[in-house]
Amino acid sequence: MLKASEQDSQRIFTRRALMLATGKLGLVGALAARLYYLQIVEADRYALLSRDNQFNLELLPPIRGRILDVNGVALADNQDNFRIEIVREQTGDVAATLAALGSIIEVPEWDVRRVLKDVKRKRAFVPVTVLENLSRDEIARVAVNAPYLPGVRIEVGRSRRYPFGDIAVHCTGYVAAVSENELTGDPVLELPDFRIGKSGIEKIHDLEMRGTAGQRQVEVNALGRIIRKLPGDEGEPGRDVQLSIDVNLQRYVTERLSRGNAERIPLDDPRALAALAQAPAGTPVRGDDSSDTILVDKNGRRVEPESGAVVVMDVHSGELRAIVSVPGYDPSPFNHGLSPKDWEGLLSNPRSPLTNKAIAGQYPPGSTFKMLVGLAALESDLASADTRFFCPGYLELGDTRFHCWKKHGHGSLDMNGAIEQSCDVYFYELAKRIGIDRIATMAQRLGLGQMLDVDLPGERRGLIPTRDWKLATRGEQWQRGETLIAAIGQGFVLATPLQLATMTARIVNGGRAVVPRLVRETNGSRKSFPSLGLNARDLDAMRDAMNAVVNGDRGTARRVRSAKDEPAIGGKTGTSQVKRISMAQRAAGITKNEDLPWRDRDHALFVGFGPVASPRFAVSVVVEHGGGGSSKAAPIAADILLEALRVEPGPNGPLSEAVDGLRRQG
Amino acid sequence: MAGGYHFEGLNPPEMTLGQKLAAVNWLLVLLMGAIASIGFAMLYSAANGNFSPWAFRQAIRFGVGLVVMLSVAMVDVRFWMRSAYIIYSGVLALLLGVEVMGEIGMGAQRWIDLGVFQLQPSELMKIALVLALARYFHGLTWDEVGNPVNLLPPLLMIAMPVVLVLRQPDLGTALMIIMGAGAMFFLAGVRIWKFLTLIGVGIAAVPVAWQLMRGYQQQRILTFLNPESDPLGSGYHILQSKIALGSGGLFGKGFLEGSQSHLNFLPEKQTDFIFTMLAEEFGLVGGLGLIGLYVLVVGYGIAIAIRARSQFGRLVALGVTTTLFLYLFINVAMVMGLIPVVGVPLPMISYGGTAMLTIMLGFGMVIGVSVHRDVRIGRAGVDED
Repeated sequence: MLKASEQDSQRIFTRRALMLATGKLGLVGALAARLYYLQIVEADRYALLSRDNQFNLELLPPIRGRILDVNGVALADNQDNFRIEIVREQTGDVAATLAALGSIIEVPEWDVRRVLKDVKRKRAFVPVTVLENLSRDEIARVAVNAPYLPGVRIEVGRSRRYPFGDIAVHCTGYVAAVSENELTGDPVLELPDFRIGKSGIEKIHDLEMRGTAGQRQVEVNALGRIIRKLPGDEGEPGRDVQLSIDVNLQRYVTERLSRGNAERIPLDDPRALAALAQAPAGTPVRGDDSSDTILVDKNGRRVEPESGAVVVMDVHSGELRAIVSVPGYDPSPFNHGLSPKDWEGLLSNPRSPLTNKAIAGQYPPGSTFKMLVGLAALESDLASADTRFFCPGYLELGDTRFHCWKKHGHGSLDMNGAIEQSCDVYFYELAKRIGIDRIATMAQRLGLGQMLDVDLPGERRGLIPTRDWKLATRGEQWQRGETLIAAIGQGFVLATPLQLATMTARIVNGGRAVVPRLVRETNGSRKSFPSLGLNARDLDAMRDAMNAVVNGDRGTARRVRSAKDEPAIGGKTGTSQVKRISMAQRAAGITKNEDLPWRDRDHALFVGFGPVASPRFAVSVVVEHGGGGSSKAAPIAADILLEALRVEPGPNGPLSEAVDGLRRQG
Repeated sequence: MAGGYHFEGLNPPEMTLGQKLAAVNWLLVLLMGAIASIGFAMLYSAANGNFSPWAFRQAIRFGVGLVVMLSVAMVDVRFWMRSAYIIYSGVLALLLGVEVMGEIGMGAQRWIDLGVFQLQPSELMKIALVLALARYFHGLTWDEVGNPVNLLPPLLMIAMPVVLVLRQPDLGTALMIIMGAGAMFFLAGVRIWKFLTLIGVGIAAVPVAWQLMRGYQQQRILTFLNPESDPLGSGYHILQSKIALGSGGLFGKGFLEGSQSHLNFLPEKQTDFIFTMLAEEFGLVGGLGLIGLYVLVVGYGIAIAIRARSQFGRLVALGVTTTLFLYLFINVAMVMGLIPVVGVPLPMISYGGTAMLTIMLGFGMVIGVSVHRDVRIGRAGVDED
């Protein structure tokens, strides 16, 4: 009964429906093929990408090694840095939670505002630090109240701690955030709270103290939220570095050097009030204005702490028991970044607290150089210990008159007396005989004019002038007069306190080429140093002369002679001119140091050793613009030596002194 | 309805409800239930093993949808035929209404809230247009279809909703409407050379269309062509979807174990990208299995269409089936990176009521066609003389 047209429609429909169905089947085939391609052919590639998606590598910064003193006291260690964080999505009302927190511990208004701002900028699950460096007590209070502080978390990190502040800062140095040009590609350097050594031991031994970073895989979701932490490689903590420094001695030295000849009195002392009242308004106060003590001199006037350096060295092992440069600075603020203002202050301070003057301060050694000239002369056979010269107060060479420090002269002296009284003319005469080359060679052998490679950055070479040096650097011939000036440690000659201590140690330890060492070797083996090939009799002569400087009747440092029950010490004073004294000034009479501007005053130096009978420690003291070696440097050195010997009387104690005494008698 | 029907043989004027229910293709209903159940499982997984917020509500929707589907199936196809243009006009008015509302700033809602469903008129239009076109072509003979003038009214019927949908702008739905309608033209007997001509013109029009596209639409296509060029921007979705699929392998990572999906690398895992999640957790086997279920449903629809006695029934059955197929193909091809991301859900599985309602409403009519497959309808939509 169907019409033809109806049959047409049905026939066409059926045909086309089947065509359509075929087309659909083809498309489904395409889907299946694509699925097969993705899930079978490319499966490995996508599985890998999936794992990458899922896991982030988290670096675990290693614990930095400590810096220890000779007794194992930490000069630099790591302290737990408790901080409080807040997580917005767990908190609900951040402001209310902060208010609640504020009722438990003190939260400065400024931090509240910062947190409220940060919280908005970061994703809801990212913790925002509220407070840092909290005490255990504060943490305990927060922990107890945790139920009322939703979303508040206590986290612990680590920050570098320098328990002794500025006492040992020039040894330890400091750590600070990694700067752009220090990035090496090591990902641990890119951690936001990673710190690296920027100066001192922290810098030189940075790599071994750093350790190796651990890593673990952290499962994250697409937003970076950490879902799960998987166990991983914990890394290796950095190695401790043990120094030869004794922090107690270091502290004593720092205070003794800073104090100079002044007295430290508390601010509430009536004398302090008087001293402060005396000072003209606007007097710049540097150094310890934050402390509650001030320094006053014997006239009751307020004085600033001294600027200078001290090296205390074991004459046999070369171990530095103290290495001090004042003023220092507190290394801790570098941890979190120093404010530009504070940094400017450190840089512009004329007493350069950032410089380690013990290794980088170069000073004319002055009369402390004289034993060296004496040794050179004795070795040359051009003079003996008995050689006598007459000192009229000056020596004339050509048209130039070279003055002795003692205007009217010392009269006739042998070498021992010349060192005891520090006669300049005697050494002018010696220098004329032996020439600059012998002096320079001896200086080289005693460790001057060269790097001693102590484990600290910034060490300087000093300068021992030679004919070649002058020709090369100045293009001029060496003048004979320059030899005379060099013989009293002035002119071109420059030495660091470290070099002066080394020189002294080599003279008194029997002529062994000891080199200073700051870091204790882990195996503890004691290296023996080669002999310098110096004549023992010559060395003894110098040692006796240095003994006379302190213990002789006319010694320039006789005022610091030890009491009877204390070990005897020896040494040599030095006062080095900073400014050339003109003829006119000399005619008018030399101005007293105290009346000169600070930077024009002489440097006060002293090199010493003790005990005289069996030397254990050598010391060098430089007080920048401190005036006279005998008045300023010698008392400091004597006190320091006695303090060092009090703690460590000697490797063999009193017995060895007895043996030593017997040997000398025999 | 009062008009008497021509009565003969296997074309009873009225069947009882019981007879109709018995005639329902329960296997087809079962297949759809199976697909929906897979959907519930995936939504359960997408919520990290929770019935809320998605799986439970989706199940309720399916229940409602099932009632709607069966109710629709009980209605005589002739009623749908008579009402076709009215329904079409009504839906067009709704579409225009939400457009105008969006336009004059009374809220940019493109949907009407029906409680469990949020109904988009553009979705309903997919079914309404099938009805309208089926009715139109039902009234044309093979020869009449050959006359281009007779193709103008249906083209207009397509053009009006397409323009409205494009203005939303919803490129995916517009393309689906065009392709669905194209399939109906093809089934109705429109000459093949006309399609070829149209395809030629279409290709020529690509540059023009490119100019008319919005920035984000252009970006989607550019990104589609090279997703790796922008792995954290527009290409992110495609790339992450491919990683999830690829890492699933042959058997998948296991139920609730899809790391990409559960760690949120996969975007919109409960809606447009749910197929990816399924294929990540159940692998190639699971993916092909689901596609197989859809193929069975589509095959069922085609069989029903071919067996229907009226051109209207045939066109409705196959039109709806094709709509389902288009959903499936566009969605799956999209998540596998075969075509640009156009925002088409996986029917019956993706969370959301609109597509589910569209499909179940449509399949209610397909089943209705099957139940009433022997009803004959004259050219004019009334009884056969």
